[in-house]
Order: sequence, then structure tokens, then C-alpha cells
Amino acid sequence: MKKLLCYMANFKFHLLLAFVLAVTGNLLALVGPSLSGKAVDAIAPGKGAVDFDTVWYYAGFMVLFYIGSAVLSYCLSLLMLHIAQRLAARMRQQVFDRLLSLPVGYFDQNQAGDIISRVSYDIDVIATSVSNDFVQVVAGFVTVVGSFAMMLAISPKLVIVVFLMIPLSVFYTRFMAKRTRPMFRKRSAKAGELNGMVEELITGQKTIQAYAKEKVMTERFDTKNEEAVCAYYNAEYYGSMIGPTVNFINNCSLTVVTVAGSVLYLLKQLTLGDISSFVLYSRKFSGPINELANVISEIQSALSAAERVFRVLEEPTEAEDVYGAVTLERVKGNVSMEKVDFSYVPEKPVIKNWSMQVKAGELVAIVGPTGAGKTTIINLLMRFYDPQKGEIRVDGHENREITMKSLRASYAMVLQDTWVFEGTVHENIAYGRDGASREEVIAAAKAAGVHEFVKRLPEGYDTVITEDGVNLSKGQKQLLTIARAMLSDAKMLILDEATSNVDTRTELRIRDAMLRLMEGKTCFVIAHRLSTIQNADNIIVVNNGTIEESGTHEELMHKRGFYYKLYASQFQ
Amino acid sequence: MKLIVRYCKPYALRMLYGFLIKIVGTFADLGLPWVLSFILDEVVPLGEIRPVLCWGAFMLFLAVAARYCNIFANRKAASVAQDVTRSVRHDLFVKTMRLSGSQTDALHIPSLVSRMTSDTYNIHQMVGMMQRLGVRAPMILVGGIIITLTMEPVLTLVLVILLPILGFLIFYISKKGIPLYKRVQTAMDSMVRIMRENISGIRVIKALSKTGYEKERFREENKEMLARELHAGRVMALSGPIMGLLLNIGLTLVVVVGAYRVNAGASEPGKIVAFLSYFTMILNAMIMINRIFMVASKATASANRIEEVLSAPEDLLLIPEDGQTEGKQSRSEETEPVPHIEFRNVSFGYHAAKGQTEKYCIRNISFSLLHGESLGIIGATGSGKTTLLNLLMRFYDVTEGQILIDGTDIRGLSLTELRSRFGVVFQNDVVFADTLRENIAFGRTLEDAQITGAAEHALAADFIHGKKDGFLHKAAIKGADLSGGQRQRLLVARALAGAPEVLLLDDSSSALDYRTDAEIRKNIREQYADTTTILVAQRASSVMQMTHILVLEEGECIGYGTHEELMGECGVYREIAKLQMGDIE
Repeated sequence: MKKLLCYMANFKFHLLLAFVLAVTGNLLALVGPSLSGKAVDAIAPGKGAVDFDTVWYYAGFMVLFYIGSAVLSYCLSLLMLHIAQRLAARMRQQVFDRLLSLPVGYFDQNQAGDIISRVSYDIDVIATSVSNDFVQVVAGFVTVVGSFAMMLAISPKLVIVVFLMIPLSVFYTRFMAKRTRPMFRKRSAKAGELNGMVEELITGQKTIQAYAKEKVMTERFDTKNEEAVCAYYNAEYYGSMIGPTVNFINNCSLTVVTVAGSVLYLLKQLTLGDISSFVLYSRKFSGPINELANVISEIQSALSAAERVFRVLEEPTEAEDVYGAVTLERVKGNVSMEKVDFSYVPEKPVIKNWSMQVKAGELVAIVGPTGAGKTTIINLLMRFYDPQKGEIRVDGHENREITMKSLRASYAMVLQDTWVFEGTVHENIAYGRDGASREEVIAAAKAAGVHEFVKRLPEGYDTVITEDGVNLSKGQKQLLTIARAMLSDAKMLILDEATSNVDTRTELRIRDAMLRLMEGKTCFVIAHRLSTIQNADNIIVVNNGTIEESGTHEELMHKRGFYYKLYASQFQ
Repeated sequence: MKLIVRYCKPYALRMLYGFLIKIVGTFADLGLPWVLSFILDEVVPLGEIRPVLCWGAFMLFLAVAARYCNIFANRKAASVAQDVTRSVRHDLFVKTMRLSGSQTDALHIPSLVSRMTSDTYNIHQMVGMMQRLGVRAPMILVGGIIITLTMEPVLTLVLVILLPILGFLIFYISKKGIPLYKRVQTAMDSMVRIMRENISGIRVIKALSKTGYEKERFREENKEMLARELHAGRVMALSGPIMGLLLNIGLTLVVVVGAYRVNAGASEPGKIVAFLSYFTMILNAMIMINRIFMVASKATASANRIEEVLSAPEDLLLIPEDGQTEGKQSRSEETEPVPHIEFRNVSFGYHAAKGQTEKYCIRNISFSLLHGESLGIIGATGSGKTTLLNLLMRFYDVTEGQILIDGTDIRGLSLTELRSRFGVVFQNDVVFADTLRENIAFGRTLEDAQITGAAEHALAADFIHGKKDGFLHKAAIKGADLSGGQRQRLLVARALAGAPEVLLLDDSSSALDYRTDAEIRKNIREQYADTTTILVAQRASSVMQMTHILVLEEGECIGYGTHEELMGECGVYREIAKLQMGDIE
């Protein structure tokens, strides 16, 4: 709440202006009924008894006031629109900027959908609430106070009647809101469950058909469907009471005002015009009070959305470069790890007391079964995570004493999860090197074996890669990322299952290019296929999240340990 | 729209009942201001308090009646909407489950999901709203006009002039506004896309120090979004003030015209007061009707999308007798045993008619497997390996040739009869957000022993027991809490649990290391000796022990035989094997 208010303080002059506009606009609207009351009063019953001067006089005023009020209310909506949308845009940018400076671990722990919904949905909720609720609260306040004053001016006695109805109405809406909220919550929860189930079942349609389990799945779907429609009905069942009941309370107050007003008229204490404008005011008066429950719940949901957004903004960012950090230049490619301890979760050590020396130009292979934690070493080298203990050095400099940018720039990498973004083929290949020329890009693409394919695309290298447009296979995407790495002149190279999505024939074709890519570089290679890494200078065998053994192929084979078993299993 | 009418029909009586009650309620609502004017004009001048009180009591009665009837009718409406939605959804789901492979391809899975969810919600909303407001608003509009006409025909004219102007304005603004909001939505979509890209590529972006560039990219899109949002908002914000202004000008007109009428002795001031009330009500009804139109047009679009699925023709029909007898006869002449699975000159193209050979992606494939034999299919991505399995399970029909199981053309078997023979793991198959046990059992009534047995053979038992709740562990959506290898082992367990006649594994070991992969294959060979296995793989080591190996390239068979035979005859196979296994041979 506080934070949101602080945030809104950025717009305090706009908000002040909005406040003034809202107050004046509503005051103007309030004058309307009293003017019409005066005009009606001037219509004396009976032929020729009407005082036209007065009628026209007030009618003219009415029109003026209404026009003024309409203009004001348009200005106000514009102003609020600007405040809310600028606030939203600023928040989106800040959240996004923050996200990019968060450590990689944040993205490993939080689901993409959840992060995205904070930027899209939550911020939207806040914007809507700011633009609607602010005006509604101010307007409601002015309307209630103003119409109360007006009613008081017309007839204090009738006001007492109205006042009897208020507690009833307030009490009822609050009661119902409390009562129905869990039902509406359940309704959305059940709808969410149904959505989840539908998505799952339809994605698995082929599997379900393959096992001929359509009937069973339909039964399960029907149960969820039943739950969802019932939850909907239950919410509606109680929800449907609110409208008519509020209407009923208003009708009651109308009745009482009419009767009491008539009596007062008979007692010569009121004019007919007074009764008519009093009726109009009492309607205005009850409006905001009926809305109160709604506004409060909207503000509540906006606050909880704000909380989620601010939580991102308060996430600790990646460590800043330390004072006097070195910028790596002319990297040779000597890497060493000394007594490194690392764990993702406390008390679940992944690496314990690990040391290794990698000389410039050497090839280090990391092997092990699925899910054994092979990527951990890469995470440490690139400083996506920092070790709890020990040191990692590049060319003798401790990782933490090197600027993040230059450290990462000294590696090129190709990952198993191929990553391409919506942009042209050229942009995708040149992503790592700003201003790479077309010739360089083509050379890289040729080396990676995608040039022929790219040439056949409708716009060649200027073809935009989209999710649903040009259909790239996983293998082709991977070749693009290999081309991307080829453009880089980094001295160290990380290949994480770099050809896992490429079929064997293509792999053969680009093998020479890959070898050229690795030439003269310190390479860290993760591979399933043990045949590809037999000539590595050092093979690190990882199992169950810890490093099992290391050495050259011959050493490890000789040892007859885990590596040996792994190797032998290929040929069983 | 037809769809909605069709599904509402069974509930016509209940809807009628609700409508009638609603009409009573609406009359009661409309009666109130009328009584108000009656009191002021007729009763008050009598100068007595008693009749005023009596009429007041009548007003109260009307208020009670209105509340009761409206609530009752609203509930009826909700229950009809519930029943309609339930059956629409049920039918849609059943149909979706029956769609053939090519139909699903044409409709796209995400679109099928949104038809099942948001489109049915739109229908739910509309059926409910139509009954609640579809009666009330037109009634208030028509009833209000009739009452005001009888009460004060000339003043009604003011209203009648104003209504179309108001209706047109609302229509015009929303017509302008809707495309503007669509533009906002596209801007939002591309912003979300950038976020998605950044989240999935965070490692690459950080490695290449491109965060500044990405922030700038987002800023551009954010700016665009803001501009579009403001544009749309500026247009839509017009509607409120304009409607308010028109309404209020109408009120002023009523007062002025009313004054002339009273002056001419044709009306009384009380009527004008009541008229003002009706006036507001009628205009509100007008706004309501406009909203109904918006919801209705949205729901109509949804209904059409649903109808498109429901009316998809049934394909994959049974082909009667002649196909299969032919198959049996030709066999019976020979003395060989009937093969379990046989492909005879099978050709297939996704949208190809018979004879359009250039569109074929499978060309002239033939092979036959006896009971208990195994086939490994190997080849580059896109060579048609998966398509062969799809044809065998009849997700698509062959364009040319025949597929036979035990000598019977598969088109002569019902889909259930055919598919119940298989245990299958597809490429990227789904793990459901359910217990691990249920993921294996998959709706089949299986004994615990069968499930644990299958899990053990698939080497899934270990990691399952490692979970706190074991087999009752509830997997996350899409099995996100399992590693790729664990998911694949779970899926293999699912395929094995039914002890199928035929086991189909499509690249089901890509995330497994060689050792685990080999062990699972060994288990299958030993424990399921009678099962005919077809295995699609990228690795030569996975298929080398199969009784037959089929090497596919661009839909054509370029090698068929055992590992040893192919090492000799088939250059491509030899190349693959050598590259993958080094020089061990």
C-alpha cells in the first residue's frame, strides 16, 4: 500500500489536478437536479399558468451545466488514462529492467508464465484500479456529501427517512460481498482447474486415442466440467440476489420518500418540485454507497497485484562488479578451479572441494547420465552462480574480480536448448557481435551448414523467424546458434550437447566446421555420445550431482570405474 | 447462433417459465414510478393522508414482488446457462477426442484448447445474460415507451428522437474502439513475446552481455503499447460523457416541452416528474441492449468456432470386408505363418490425393514382422519415421497400399479394436498432472503388480520410490517436476503396463544415457518376449539388436535388414553407426 502510494507520488501534480477536476465535475452534476426541480416548480398546473421565463431560464442553465460537466468528465477520464497508463508503462519497464539484472537462478526457480503474468496481468490490474477507483472514490465522496447537503437544503425531515435506509443498504452489500466472495473465488479456481485439464487432455489427445481411453477421459472431464458449472451456478445463485435486492432497497426508499414527501406536501411544508428533485438526489446518494463494496474489493486486488510486482522489484540483483575489477583483454584461456564447493540448495552439495587446471587450448569433456548436474560446471564458469567456497580463475584472475561483461565475453557457447528470437536470420546469427557484416554472417552460416537452407527461405537472410511463420526445425535452430558461436572470437568455448538436435548425417557434414570452431580454444564440452570426446584432454564424470572421477579416456577406461560402465553400455 | 438455439431447445420450457416470471418482475419494477406519479397527481390533491399511505403500501408491495420475481428468474437463467454450457462442453470434448490426426492438424491444438475454454465461457456468459437482460431491457424499452405514450404521447416523441441518436453513437464509438483495442492486444502480445524470449534465453543474453540491447528492445515495444493504449482510451472515454450529456439534454427537453404541454392544459406537472424517471430507465435499457449486442456478437463468434469442430465430418471410416478378405486369401495360399504386422507398398502424403506422388512423404514402404519380432527405424529428422507409426495406429489413412495386422487391413478394424493392441510412447509424449500411478495406469483398470512391474522394467521404480509419496506422488503440470529422463521412463512404464501385443516407442530414450537406454531395452527383450516391438531412434546403438532395421531417407526405404547386413550393404547406416560408436567395431 505504502509502496504503491510512493510510486504514485511520481504523478502527484497530475493526481492533484485530477482531484480538482473530479470534485468540480461532480459538484456541477449535483446542481442539475436542483435546477430541474426549480424548472418543474415553474410549471404551475392549469392552462396558461406556466411561467415560461423561469422554465427557459433554468432549462438554459441545465444545458450549460450538463455540457460543462460532460467536458470536465471527459478531461478527467483522459487525465486518469494518462496517469494510469504511464504508471503502468513505467512499472513494466522497471520490472523488465530488474528481471534482466537478476541472477540466472531466479529464472530457474520461477516459472516463465508466472513472471510474465506479473508484467502483463498484474500491472494491468493496478492500472485499471488507479484509473477507475481513484475517480470513483473521489466522485463517490463528492456525490454523497453533495447530495446529502442538497437534500438537507430541501427538507431536513425527509433526510431522516433516507438515513434510515442507508445502514440497511450498506449492511446488506457488505454482508453479501463477504458471503459471495468465497464462491466467486471458487468459481475462478474451478475454471482454472478445468482450463488446466482441458489443455492437458487436448495436448495428450493423440496418446489418449492411442490407448483408446476416450471414454475414461471423457468421464474425468465431465466431473471437472460439472464442478466448474456448479461453482459458476452457486456463485450466480447468490450473486443474482444482489442486484434485485439493492434495487429493492432503493425502491423502498423511493416509496418512503414519496409517501413522506406527499404527507409533508399536504402539510404545506414542501413543493412538488422539491419532492421530484429530492427523489433524484436520493438516487444519487445511494449510488456510491451501493458501489462501495465493489470498489473496496477492486482496490484489494490491485494491492495484492502491486505486492507481486514490488516483490520482483525488490529481488536482489546479480552481484555488481567489485571496485577495481579487471577487464579481461587478450584472453589466453587458462582456467583453473581451486577447492570449489557449490550447492544450489543448502545442505545438498553438488560440488565438493573440486580442483582442476585447464591450460589454454585444451578440451575438457563433462559426461554423465541424465540429470547428473553436468550444466553446473558451466553455470560456475560463466558466473551464472557463484561457488560458496573456493576460487575459479581465468588467466590467473579470480572470477569475482573480473568485470562480468568481459568475463562472459571471453566465452562463446552453444546450448542444448536452442534459442532464437523473433528477428531476421541475419540478426539471429549476428546477435553476439554488433555490426557484423553480411559477408561475415554468410561465412558463419556456411561453416555451420545452414547457408543452403537460408538461401531457400523467401527473403534469404532477411527472413523473419517467427514462432508460427517460417517453420524451423529444432535441428535448424541449433545450426543457427552454432553459426552464432562461429562469429564470436572468444577464446573459450562451451558446447552443451551442441548437436543433440541435429541428425547424424548433418552432424557429419558440419563436423569439420565444429573442429575448426574448437581449434585453438579452451573448450568445455558436454556430451551424451562418448565417441565424440574420446580425445579430450580431461574428462570429468558427473553422477548424482557430484563429480565422480576425472582423467583422460585411457586413464578412466583403465580405472574400470563409472566411466568404464557408461562407455561399455553403449555397445551392449 | 444456431448452435446456441439448438442447445437451448431442451430447456425451452424452463426458459419460458423464467421469462414469464421475469416479465412479472419487470412489470412490478415499471409500475413503481407510475404509482409515484399517480400519488402526486391524483391522491395528494385529495388532501387526505390515508389513501397516500394505502398507495404507498402498494408501492412497497410492488417492490417486494419485483425483488422476488427477479431473483427467481435470475436463478432459473443461471441454471439453464449451467445446463447448456455443460452439454456444449461435453459434446465438444467428445468430438475433440474423436478428431483424426489430419483434423487436429488443421485446427491446431492451442486453438482447440481455447475453443474448449474461453469460447465455452463466452457462451455461458451470453446464455445467462440473454435471459437476465434480454428480457428485462427490451421489456423496459418497449413497456416504458408504451406507458409513456399512454401517459404523455408528445413527451415520448422527445425520447423516440433521442434513442436512435444514442444507439448510433454507442455503436459508432464501440466500432471505432474495438479495432483499437485489438491493436493494444497485439502490442501486448509482442511485449509478452519479448519477455518469453528473454526468460528462455537469459543465459545466452547474459553471456553475450546483451541486456542493454534487450532493455532497449522492450522499451520500444512498451512505448508502442503505451501509445496504442492511450489512443484507444481517448476514443472509448468519449462514450461515457457523451451518453451522459445526451441523457441530460433529453431531460432538459422533457422539462421544457412538458412546460408547454402543461401550459396548454394537456398535461400535469406530476406526469412530468414521473416521466423523468421513466426517461432515465428507458435510456439505461438502451445502453443495456447495446451491451447485450456486444456480448452476443462475441458469443456468436465463439459459437461458430465451436460449431466448426462439432460439424467436422467423421473420417477414418471402417472399410468393410473386401479389403480384408483379399488380404487373408492371398495369405492362405502360402504356408508361411501370418505376419503380425505387415506394410504393403505403403505411400502417404498429408494432403495428397492418390497418385500425387510428388506430395508423398512416405513412398512405397513394405515390411512384415512376425509375433515377437522387433523393428528399429532409423533416419534423419523429417525422414518420416514418426509418420510410419501414425499410419500404423491409424491417425491418418494410407494414401496407397495397405497395412495389415494379423492379416486384416487395419481399416477393417474399429479404432478401439485396433488401438487396444498397442502400447505406445510418442515423441514428446505427455505426463499428466496426476499421480505417478495414474500416469502409468492411464485410465485402465490395472493391478498394482502390473504397475509396479512395468515401472521396474522401465527403470522408473527407483526414482518413483525416491519421491516422498512414491507412486502416489502428484506430478506437476506437464510433469515439469520430473527430469526429461524420468518422464521418458514413466512413459515407457505406461506403455508396458498393459502388456501390449505391439509396443511402439518413438524416440523414447533421447533424454536417457546409453546405459539406462540399453538396460530398458534388455528388460523389454527379456520380459516381453511375445510383444512385437517397433522402435524409432536416432542412435544406431538403440536399434542394432533388433531383428529388423529399416533405414529411412526422405520417406523412402534405403536399407532393410539386420545390423550386420546393413553394415555391409547400407552406406548411410554404416556412416551413422561409425560416427556414433567410434571405431570400436
